[in-house]
Amino acid sequence: MKKSNLNNGTHYINPYLGGVLMGLLMIVTIFISGRELGISGAVKDTVVEAAHIISPTAAKAHPYYGQYIKEGRSPMDSWLVFEVLGVFIGAFLSGIIFKRVRKPFVEHGPNITSRRRLLVALIGGILWGFGTRLGRGCTSGAALSGSSTFSFGGVMVMLLIFASAYLFAWLFRKLWT
Amino acid sequence: MGPLFPNGLISGDWNLVFAVLIGIAFGFLLEASGFSSSRNLAGVFYGYNFVVLRVFFTAVIVAMVGLLYFNYFGWLDLSKIFILPTFLPSMIVGGVVMGIGFIIGGFCPGTSFTAIVIGKLDALVFAVGLFIGIFFFAEVFPYIEGFYYKGNLGNATLTDVTGISAPWWAFGFTVIALVAFWVSWLIEKKVRKRIKDYKF
Repeated sequence: MKKSNLNNGTHYINPYLGGVLMGLLMIVTIFISGRELGISGAVKDTVVEAAHIISPTAAKAHPYYGQYIKEGRSPMDSWLVFEVLGVFIGAFLSGIIFKRVRKPFVEHGPNITSRRRLLVALIGGILWGFGTRLGRGCTSGAALSGSSTFSFGGVMVMLLIFASAYLFAWLFRKLWT
Repeated sequence: MGPLFPNGLISGDWNLVFAVLIGIAFGFLLEASGFSSSRNLAGVFYGYNFVVLRVFFTAVIVAMVGLLYFNYFGWLDLSKIFILPTFLPSMIVGGVVMGIGFIIGGFCPGTSFTAIVIGKLDALVFAVGLFIGIFFFAEVFPYIEGFYYKGNLGNATLTDVTGISAPWWAFGFTVIALVAFWVSWLIEKKVRKRIKDYKF
């Protein structure tokens, strides 16, 4: 049997404890800001900013980018961009504390090579980027936060993400098991 | 009293300071729970690791019940918080596309960011894909604009659509979550016996 290069025996916190703390964090977030956790919106803001820097007039006239460009304010001057900055810091702190920060490497299943893993990761990322724009958010902004605030669309997106992944799991089992 | 920022009780600058602090807590919890590994995440779809289901559903039911209590005690005006809008056809397709992205890529956007900072190159490549995907979406947007705005239900809640009140939804989700925790624990025990290269 081939070996994967997983960092075995690493310590994670109890998932139910993690879930309770994440639920409380969502309540605090809504109490302070009236809005919710999210990730993909910040990537969108960054893409809008890039388009705006490359060609301000074309970006303003663009039917998608244009709606996010306000006079005298950078598209990246957004709550989500600041929050995602925090996500990087927080994850790094956890990685340091639990000794998971390593020299750059590719994590992959036992039956695929690093190169193949990188290729499917790229394809997966592209699908996610496109999907989040149609779905009005990702697992954080639409599924997690949307469901928690009783949004109909949020619950729908959450169920569809999981249902669709389960539906296609058999097809892509070689990537993971 | 709450929400503080929409009620003008804190300034926009403070709201951004809190955004960074909230993000730090969010990133920490994601990484500490094991979401920085694509193999942990994909486990939920093959039955060998249900950490995603446990963290996700616990967070949802805690937040649902907590928000209802905050509203009940008058600490938080739920009419002033952001409710994700619903656009039926585009969000259905979006959800399906994201699901395929999940099983192929092994991450979702937030979890990929937490994996990048602990040194995973596959997560970095995934994140590059995110930017490409969003750029591609913007490029084709003029052709799918009609579809994108179709089936607009506004900021619809579960109650708006079904007529069933929010506390009942919170109760229903809690029951489903508890059953799912128990069933997934049974499945996981069985499946893990077959997986040899992976120590839990």
